Amino acid sequence: MASKNNESSVLFDQPGPKGRRMIRIANWIAGVIFAIVVVLILLRLHNPPDGENQLDWELWRPALEGEAWTDFYLPGLWMTIQASIVAVIGSVVFGLVFGVGRLLPNPLARAVSAVVVEFCRAVPVLLMMIFFWRGFAFAGIGNSSYWAVVLALILYNGSVVAELVRSGVGNLPSGQREASLALGLTETQSLMQIEVPQAIFAMLPAAVTQLVVVLKDTALGSIIMYTDLLQESRRLGSMYFNILQTLVVAAVIYFVICWLLSRLAEWLPEKMRSRTAAPTEAEAVAPIAIMDPSNVNQIAVAKEVEERRFSAGAGERQYHVHHRGSNASIREWRRTRYMQGYDETHPESQVDPLTGEFPAALRSQRKGKGGFGRSESKGSESKDGGKDTAK
Amino acid sequence: MDAFMELFREYDVLGAFLVNIELTLWSALFSLILGVVLVMMRISPISSLRTVAGAYVELFKNMPLTIIMVFMVLGVYAQLKLEFSDTFATNFFWLAVTGLSLYTAAFVCEALRSGINTVPLGQAEAARALGLNFMQSASLIILPQAFRGSVAPLGNTLIALLKNSTVAAAASVSTETSSLMKEMIEFHADAIVQIFLIFAIGYVIMIIPIGVLTTYLSNKLAVRR
Repeated sequence: MASKNNESSVLFDQPGPKGRRMIRIANWIAGVIFAIVVVLILLRLHNPPDGENQLDWELWRPALEGEAWTDFYLPGLWMTIQASIVAVIGSVVFGLVFGVGRLLPNPLARAVSAVVVEFCRAVPVLLMMIFFWRGFAFAGIGNSSYWAVVLALILYNGSVVAELVRSGVGNLPSGQREASLALGLTETQSLMQIEVPQAIFAMLPAAVTQLVVVLKDTALGSIIMYTDLLQESRRLGSMYFNILQTLVVAAVIYFVICWLLSRLAEWLPEKMRSRTAAPTEAEAVAPIAIMDPSNVNQIAVAKEVEERRFSAGAGERQYHVHHRGSNASIREWRRTRYMQGYDETHPESQVDPLTGEFPAALRSQRKGKGGFGRSESKGSESKDGGKDTAK
Repeated sequence: MDAFMELFREYDVLGAFLVNIELTLWSALFSLILGVVLVMMRISPISSLRTVAGAYVELFKNMPLTIIMVFMVLGVYAQLKLEFSDTFATNFFWLAVTGLSLYTAAFVCEALRSGINTVPLGQAEAARALGLNFMQSASLIILPQAFRGSVAPLGNTLIALLKNSTVAAAASVSTETSSLMKEMIEFHADAIVQIFLIFAIGYVIMIIPIGVLTTYLSNKLAVRR
């Protein structure tokens, strides 16, 4: 919240008495306009042209009473949750297999995994669902719409998780791999025993975000006759001719669940940070497009700057963000950092990139140029961002 | 191979893809406009605008697209009698565009906000120091750079939008790809794999260039700092 306010206050001056009055007036005008919009919507609901009054309690009651919940919403919700949970577990397994597959030393395994993942990411989920639905029905598998929903969601979300695993491993400091190789592990062993376990912790918050996507996408199942929450609410609505009301109730249920999961995904990174050397992120940054068009690095630089500005001293990052990015190699992070002006091997002579403070040895020479250290460190910060995108 | 040719002769596959492309382009236009308005509201000094834009984004980000599409037809059209045209097909098309635009605008707003985060503080401070007011600094200094910084997330949103345009089937648009695929499978059950491959590869072919172009543009347009 604090960061949002700060972000916006950057764009305009701290308002004086006149400005505050203007803002107050504008606030009132905007509030009145929104109130008018709400009233117009309610009027339309109250009196649609040659239609029923949609605000009538007679229409809302069947959508809200106990029987509607026990016979329609809750069974539908259970079907939705059932499919989501199976799909999430399946997509994590799928993602781990193909995400690790894309990192294996064997080029054939890498190529096959890459083709599978990129194909599953590019095909719309609904097309996969319809294909599996009819395919399973022809093959004589019972409950074909359920399996179609689950399998289509596994394929799409699994390919996103695969990208998250890949970027999670890519974001680990290369010391992890170097240390395990130095201990005599093979590349595959190092991947399986050292890197992937840490990447899993790093991607867990993103996986929760993905759960929201899965939950939202199960609603597609209603198109292929899966009796999920949406389908059940449509059935209830067609019984009492109050489809608008039942859809609103279903929408509220979807919103509440997804919103709570989103909050969980925002809270998790704090918990996970201590368990991995890779940065944890709430957003599923795995890009959708082929060839990874993503400016995660730029965004990450901005976030880090923001983080540093607003959370004075709390939980600073151990590694600089420009080593992140799903297809970015970070093998040479120490050298890059050195090239960008910070010499790890001689910290006593370097400006601290986190605080921007000059070392004691240099501070005496710089006397008289008050506040210079601060601005210089800011300069180098944004230079990192530039170099990063240039790669 | 013959089976493929037969399918293409019998059904208007390319026409179905064209419908999806049209849906995508119109929705992209409207959601971009709405998204820019929302992001301006979110960073404005007026707190009620900020609250409303924030609530809008939260609402549509946490709502399944399918329910929005169904609501457009069964709620907005059937119950509230809101029509775009007397012709059924045109009416459903524009209802689907409305649903897609409302949904995608929330993601456009988020993409632009991540772009605004890449604009250094100094740019805004310099704009203020030159005496620009909020609208001037937002439209002349901040947003142009934010656009360049958010090419990649916007490209991803466009790809997601293209894929989401198949959900127009839930809004009774019967000429687009997923509806056509369903119909084709209904009548040619023996060629189900071929039919799926036609459509799947069609989407792969459309999405690869967008992905490549996004990568190219996001590198080319990125503001070097």
